[in-house]
This record gives sequence, structure tokens and C-alpha cells, in this order.
Amino acid sequence: MKDMTDIRIPRAINWNRLEDDKDLEVWNRLTVNFWLPEKVPLSNDIPSWATLKDFEKTLTIRVFTGLTLLDTIQNTVGAPSLMPDAVTPHEEAVLTNVAFMEAVHARSYSSIFSTLCSTKEVDEAFRWSEENPHLQAKARAILETYAPGNDPLKRKIASVFLESFLFYSGFYLPMYWSSRAKLTNTADLIRLIIRDEAVHGYYIGYKFQRGMEKLPEAEQQALKDYAYSLLFELYEIENQYTEELYDEIGLTEDVKTFLHYNANKALQNLGFEALFPPEVSEVNAAILAALSPDSENHDFFSGSGSSYVIGKAVATEDEDWDF
Amino acid sequence: MSDVCPEASLPTCFPDIVYYSSTSENTLRFVERLGLPAKRIPISPKVTGPVIDRPFVLICPTYADGEGRGAVPKQVIRLLNDPDTRALLRGVIGSGNRNFGTLFASAGDVIARKCNVPLLYKFELAGFDNDIARVRAGLEQMGRNLGLAQMGDAPCSTMA
Ligand SMILES: Cc1cc2nc3c(=O)[nH]c(=O)nc-3n(C[C@H](O)[C@H](O)[C@H](O)COP(=O)(O)O)c2cc1C
Ligand SMILES: [Fe+2]
Ligand SMILES: [Fe+2]
Repeated sequence: MKDMTDIRIPRAINWNRLEDDKDLEVWNRLTVNFWLPEKVPLSNDIPSWATLKDFEKTLTIRVFTGLTLLDTIQNTVGAPSLMPDAVTPHEEAVLTNVAFMEAVHARSYSSIFSTLCSTKEVDEAFRWSEENPHLQAKARAILETYAPGNDPLKRKIASVFLESFLFYSGFYLPMYWSSRAKLTNTADLIRLIIRDEAVHGYYIGYKFQRGMEKLPEAEQQALKDYAYSLLFELYEIENQYTEELYDEIGLTEDVKTFLHYNANKALQNLGFEALFPPEVSEVNAAILAALSPDSENHDFFSGSGSSYVIGKAVATEDEDWDF
Repeated sequence: MSDVCPEASLPTCFPDIVYYSSTSENTLRFVERLGLPAKRIPISPKVTGPVIDRPFVLICPTYADGEGRGAVPKQVIRLLNDPDTRALLRGVIGSGNRNFGTLFASAGDVIARKCNVPLLYKFELAGFDNDIARVRAGLEQMGRNLGLAQMGDAPCSTMA
């Protein structure tokens, strides 16, 4: 009986009374996005997998174990650590969805492994990931900020960097294979993950901005400084991780460009300015096309006036349009 | 925070810019960096929208549901449902995030198709420096073309 007074009973959540419309908007998008790896016909990639050289297979499995680690962290520590800081009950509910989808992401790499690889190859790669100093260093840097008692806004900064920056040294590879018509079903699955991470990074970044705007100027500046210095720390690690993985296949420079581009997007999710100039962050067209198929060229300004493309068919519901 | 009008006094060749931006304000940040007169479509349906009386380009972020439905924010649809406003629309710039795959900036595609106007450009989030430069140059060129063809009452400052 004596402990009863310490129990905090949450308010029953009422989705018909919102404090922040973004909560419902993001909830809706996340729930319609729901998917499971079984939905993707991964076994169609078996013939393609067989065409990869041994070192390319090793690279691919290692990249996926690295991604598995990040999703595991976000599933069991990252997203749950944000819940006590939630400002609205709806935010907390959204974060439970985020946490669960991270488990789906982590689980789906194992689906890829069981479809394409031998147990021995996979066990070796998991051992590699446990011993790789760069992978362990980035996990540690993130987990330090997630620790209980730390500044909730710094935790959100680290979370956005994980969601919108750290994954991309890994995501590059399936996009690269896809641009060469290899492992295309695996790429379809990775694109589902990438889409989820976009909403996660957006939402956590959005909540960060709502929290930061309440602070006095000096504290805002201190948080901004913290964000850029954490990004630099992670960027150093990512560079080394990238070199170790991609030197052999000769893609290191291309991956680094992709890192710059995604670092810029992570900063924008936090409401900050991009850091890397276009010269080092313009990603090659094949990778961009792999990210967003059928929509490569959007600069119709540069054509002559008559070559403008009128929008192509996209699903619309017509109920809101009067014409 | 409703209007960004740093150079409003300059009679330029640029078409007007009208944009929507939700509370995450990426599109607002893009428009601020463009540094051109621009009118914001209010987020709240209770607030009346901007007066539009010159040819304009619409900049619109994407909020689709995963199947592509609902890509164009309701507030923007409401604006475009007005035939007089729609008649002044000269082109659309869509924004979003490439990570949404085939639905990247699909609000631009939808508006271009519905309103039969050119899709001029797509950019991500708050845009990067090269996007800003391209859009500025593109709008200037477009304004010059429009000025010659349709805007006798709003002459271009660069033309003698
Ligand atoms: C619920 C939700 C759905 C979204 N859907 C798409 C989409 O289908 N395609 C896309 O390119 N971007 C999509 N986005 C990304 C936004 O368009 C992008 O973040 C944009 O910069 C938002 O502009 P704003 O901050 O000015 O409102 C979505 C974002 C959210 C929160
Ligand atoms: Fe994930
Ligand atoms: Fe995530």
C-alpha cells in the first residue's frame, strides 16, 4: 500500500482532442506505411546474389549488420528514451509506433540474410560488427546522449542524427546495387525502411524545434553548437567506417558525398542550416534515381519554355477539388 | 511570419510567389532564402488567404498518405478552388523528401496535372544552395517571358 501514491496514472489518450496536429498527421502516415518483410519477394534476388563476387557479398552482409545494430539501438533504447520527454500523450503514442517499426527494420535484415546467405557468413558478419571499432564508436556516441538524466533536447538531436545521417553509409550500398539492376527486391525493402526513417527524422526534429523555441536565446545557441559538434564527431567516425568498408570496391568518395547530402538533410530536420556546400554534396544521378525511381530530373526551368513537363499521373482523391 | 517581402519595393521581372508551409516551416525557410516577395497561405482555415492579383508561381510541400492521396495540403486546394486565383497560376514548384521514393514532391505533379500548368522544379526540405540559385534564375527568366507576353501593366525593370 505504501508505494501507491508514487504511481503516476497517465491520462487516457483522447485522439479527438489534439494539442499538436502534427501528432495525428504523423500517426496517420506511419500507420498507413506499416509493412512487414514478408511483403517483399526477397527470394527473387537469389540469382542476382549469386552474381556478386565474394568480397561484394561480405561487404553487403557487413553493411546490413551495421544497419541492424542501429535499428536495434533505436528500437530498444532510442525511441523509448524519448517517451518520458513527450509533451503530448499523442507524441508518446507516435513514439511507440516508431519503436516498433525499428524492430521490424532490424528483423527484416535477418530475413534478407536467411534468404540469401549461409549461416556461417552471417555469423561471421555479426562477429565483425561486434568487433568493429568504428561501428562501436558511433553506437557509444549515440548511447551516451540517450542515457537517462541527459538533456531531452540533446537526446532528440542524437536521435535525428541516427535516423537521418548514420544509416546512410549503409543505405548507399543497396541503392548502388539497385542502380546496377542488382538485388532489386532487397532495394525495394530498403526503400520502405528509408521512407520510415524520413518520417522518424522529420518528427523527432520537429519536436526538437518545438522544444527549443521555448528556450532563451543563449540556450538555443548552446544547443545549436552542441548539434554541430556532435555531427562533426559522428562524421569523423563515419568517414573511417566508410573507408574501411568501401575502399576495396572503390566507392568511398561517392559514399562520402552521400554522407554530406544526408548530413545536410539531418540538420534541416532540426531546423538548422545545411553545412556541406553543393560541390561536395551533389549525389550522382544514378543513386538519386534509385532513391526516388521515375522522378530523376526536376529542373524544367533550364529547358526551353515549351519543353515543360505537365505533371504525370499520380493518384489523387477528387473530393476536395472543385474543378 | 506570414509574408516574406524583403525586396517588395523592387519592380522586378519575377512572378509573384505564393507558398504553403506547415508548422515544420521548411518551405518558409526556402522562400526566405530566395529573398523574393512571397505570400504565405495561412495554416489555419479560419484565417483568410492572401490576395492574389498578379501571375504567380506556387511552391507547395507534399503530405501524401503513402498511396499518393492527400499529397496537396487542404489549404492549397482551397486556394486553387477559386477560379480567379487559378487563372493566375503560371507554374508550380513541388517540395518534399526524396526518401518518399516515387511520391517525392508529388504535390507538384498533382497540381501541375489538375491545373494544367508546368511543373517547374522539385526540391527537398528547405532546399540547398544550388536549388535556391536555380529557382531564382528560373523565376527571373520566366518573369521576363511573362512580362513580354502578358504583363503589360507590370513592366520589367530590366527592359528599356
Ligand atoms: C505526414 C507526412 C507525409 C509526407 N509525405 C511526403 C510525400 O509523400 N512525398 C514527399 O516528397 N515528402 C513528403 N513529406 C515531407 C514533407 O513534404 C517535407 O518535409 C516538406 O519539407 C515539409 O514542408 P513544410 O515544413 O514547409 O510544411 C511528408 C511529411 C510528413 C510529415
Ligand atoms: Fe529504422
Ligand atoms: Fe527510425
